[in-house]
Parts: sequence; structure tokens; C-alpha cells
Amino acid sequence: MTAPLLSVKNLTIDYIGEEKDFRAVDNVSFDVAPGEVFGLAGESGCGKSTIAFAISRLHKPPALIRRESTILLNGRNVLDLDDKALRDFRWREVAMVFQSAMNSLNPVLRIEQQFYDVLKTHKGMSRAEARDRTAEMLKLVDIAPDRMRNYPHQFSGGMRQRIVIAICLALDPRLVVMDEPTTALDVVVQREILQRINELRRKLGFAVLFITHDLGLMVQFCDRIGIMLGGKLVEQGTADAIYRTPEHDYTKKLWASFPSLHGGVLR
Amino acid sequence: MSATSAPILTLDKISKTFGGGPGAVHAARSISFSLHAGRALAVVGESGSGKTTCARIAMREYEPSEGRLLFKGKPVDTAGSREIADYRRSVQMIFQDPFASLNPAHTIAYHLKRPLMLHRPELKGAAIGEEITALLRQVKLDPDIVAPKYPHELSGGQRQRVNIARALAAKPEVIVADEPTSMLDVSVRLGVLNLLSEMKREMNLGLLYITHDIATARYVAEDIAVMYAGQIVEWGNTGKVIDNPAHPYTKLLLSAVPDPDIRFDDPKAQVSTSEADETRRRSAATQETIREVEPDHFVRAA
Repeated sequence: MTAPLLSVKNLTIDYIGEEKDFRAVDNVSFDVAPGEVFGLAGESGCGKSTIAFAISRLHKPPALIRRESTILLNGRNVLDLDDKALRDFRWREVAMVFQSAMNSLNPVLRIEQQFYDVLKTHKGMSRAEARDRTAEMLKLVDIAPDRMRNYPHQFSGGMRQRIVIAICLALDPRLVVMDEPTTALDVVVQREILQRINELRRKLGFAVLFITHDLGLMVQFCDRIGIMLGGKLVEQGTADAIYRTPEHDYTKKLWASFPSLHGGVLR
Repeated sequence: MSATSAPILTLDKISKTFGGGPGAVHAARSISFSLHAGRALAVVGESGSGKTTCARIAMREYEPSEGRLLFKGKPVDTAGSREIADYRRSVQMIFQDPFASLNPAHTIAYHLKRPLMLHRPELKGAAIGEEITALLRQVKLDPDIVAPKYPHELSGGQRQRVNIARALAAKPEVIVADEPTSMLDVSVRLGVLNLLSEMKREMNLGLLYITHDIATARYVAEDIAVMYAGQIVEWGNTGKVIDNPAHPYTKLLLSAVPDPDIRFDDPKAQVSTSEADETRRRSAATQETIREVEPDHFVRAA
């Protein structure tokens, strides 16, 4: 394997409580290679979103990242960045798509303006340059460029999610963190979006950290997968291995909890 | 849908329109289906397809704009107050959100005591407490631990079991479950679905199971109705519809269900956005013609 793009080592995160602390992430280590899609699966409360937040340095107290933790992106420790370095780092190197991302667009600004805000802040682009880049990015996610004059409410949920993804990719990040990006969408729209992201990562070469509770979907999309339970990474392997030869009991149980479309019936 | 018994609840060509003029929303268009004792019907579709409108009509929360709702063969709209009360007892609902559907200020015992007092007047004094215990046991919760607790002290799966117990308290004949597991963790979903199926079998209930997850429909329901844009586009025996889909929308829906055997990189897996848009456009048009694909499997012409 080539040098990893992202290397998480001994990551431990506590939520500090009045009486006792809650260990949300417990000594987790994994690597993501350039251009790779790495999945983190687990139930709610297993710590997968806490890891995603840590990688973008979004945590605030009471979350405490323990001292022995390192998160290296291209060899640089994300946890040591100062405010200015952090501003440069976010979006340019790591972009993030959240579960309710389609609701994270500003409802009173045209799409064009929302692209411009990002492109001006991070790249110092002029209006005209930003408009060209916006058109280019919208085309990438199958949205007609002339619709950049529209407001968010004029798009469907799936289209809004694609717009958010286009904004994320506008600065050519090396890593996109996607935390349940399609959970609120219908399966057909989910497939359309993830398929597009898969094509784009092949074309543009960014890596994806993909978080979901849907193991079947994860195996379709990811190269490698880590399974989390109670803050610990209990198993990691290629998508194929996690699907066909899971080793940890919890992974097997997680698989057993999905009814298959052509599988057994109850009644 | 095939079944030998007489239906308990029937929606007969029911339509529901919201608003009027050019902006009217046709949430349900000529919907017909029946619920039978001891059988489950899954209504499957994406958000906005009209499946919750069907549930609300069955619960008499909405008056249909057209068509009739029949309870044991009799139209509900001409029913007297006694029959309405009987309907309210017989048709119970389980909601999607286990966190919002219990009153945070009351204990679990209170949640079960209310329907017992309202719908089971024959129960007096200690018998009510015994029935609460029996209901909690039925949904596999420990009555001694759970009864005195408040909703916030329970997990999502436990709360949904309380919701099922509450529905069962009224001794219903039909249960309408609107996405009962979509807000639960994956590991507890099957447990709740298994419980619902068990109740259906043991108490001979008619179950209307509303879901966006067609794989769980296969798991739970004998019959299925696939909805799109307010119409049932395909219906019949669940296995037949899923294994041999005839409507383009059903095919599209099935092709997009996550399947670990097919990687996104596989050209076979590709769902074409332009084809999907075309399918949606065609499926949204009113389709009058109905075709029988095979016995117990019907489709609207698209």
C-alpha cells in the first residue's frame, strides 16, 4: 500500500461528565489510502460520528481528545493545527457531508452565492471565476448550471444533497468525510448519489471516509471497512472479507440483523 | 389480494386530495386494498408516495375525498357512534417515532392503563394491574422493571415494544404500523418486526405495515402494495412481486436496494439517472388499466 493519506493512531475521545467521563472512542487506529473509500459501520452511539468530527477538528468541550491520539493527514498532525492552519485545512484538504446536509444550505441565498462564499474565502476567486467553477461543479453532479440562480427550496432533497457534495468538491479536497450522507433519502436517490460519488472519486482521486449503519450499502461502495462497537474498532478488512468471512461475533450479528431481499421470510 | 376470510378493513377506490385548483396535491388516487385477519399487507414506497396518507385514512384521521372505507363490510361514514367507538378500539396504530409517541410525564404503567380503562370497561381494580403485567410480558419486557419507569429511561426498541403493548391493550383486530422500525437501531429492528409478526399470528390480527424498506416487507408481509405518486402501481403476493416485478417503478426500486453482492463499480449495478427520471415521469401519470401478471399479482400499465 502507498503511504496513507489519513492515518488515525490510538485515537481516544472522552466526553467529560460531572461525575464520570464517557469514553466514546477507545484507542482506534486505521489508515485510509489516497483515493480509497473506507467505511466505518456500527450502531448509534458506537463512536463513528465522533471520529468523523475529530478528523475535521469539529469537537468542542465536553469532548476531549486524549493526548496519545494522532490524526495524520499527509503526514501532518491535524490535532496540532492552529486556528489559521485549521481554516486552510478545512474544506481544502478535508470536506465533510453530514446526514442532514441538504438542510445545511442557507435558504435565503441563491446556490451561486453559496458557492461564491466558499470559493472566495478559500481561493480568493472573483465573481466570474466562481461562476465558472460553480457551473463546472454542478455539471459534475448532474444539475443544469443555469439553476445556480435558484434557491435551495426549488430543489428536491436529493438535488440539495448533490449540491452540498458539489460545494464540498469545489476546492479539490483530498478527503471527503461522509457521515450517513444518504440516510434521509429514498433508496433510488441514494443509489444515484453514491454511484456518482464513486465515479467522481475514480476521476478526481479523492478519498472518502464513509459512515453508515447499512452494511449492505457499505460493502457495495467501500474498498475497506471497519466495524465499531462501544467505541472500539473491533474488526477491519476489505469489503469482501467483512461480507464473506467476518471474524468478529459482532460483525456476524450485525449481518444477521438485515433481512435480505431474496432471503428468508418470517410469518 | 387473495385470502379466504372476509376482510376486516377495506379501502375501496379511495382518493385524497389536498388543496384545490392547479396546485392540488393528489396524495392518494383510487387506492383499494383489504386487510385480513392473521395477514400482513406491506405498503411500500418512497417519501411522498402516499403511504402515510393510506395509514391516516385507515385510522380515520383523514376523510377520503372520494371512495369508501369499509369495516367488516359496512361503510364507516354512515356508522353510528357505537360503531365508531368499536372501530376506534379495533384499529390501533403504532407510530414511527418511539421517542415522541409516549408522554414523557407519565409512567409506562399509565400508558397501558389508559387504553385498558377506555376500551376494556370489564376490567376492574386489580385486574387492570394484572393485564398491564400480561401485556408487558407479551412484548417481552420485564413488568416489574419497566412498568414504573418513564419513557426517557427506556431505549428506542423498548419504547416501541411499549407502543405495541399499548396498541394490544385495546384488543384490536387491525394494527396499522407506520415505519415502526425506521428510527430504531439496526440490531433491534428485527426483534420488533419479529414481535409484530408473532402478535399477528397469535392474535389473528390484520397488519398494515408501512415502510420504505422493501427487504423488510418481504420478511414480514404476505401481501405487498408498491406505491408511487399516490397510486398503487403493483400489488399481490410479496414473493411474486419482488421476484418477478412487472412495473418499471417496482423494478427501479428493487434495483436500488442495497445489495452486498453487487459493487458500484460493476456496470450491471448502474442505475441511470435519466432512465430513473423517465420511470418516475411515466409512473406519476394516472394509470387506469390493470393487468394480471399471474394469479395474485397485478400491475397498472405504465
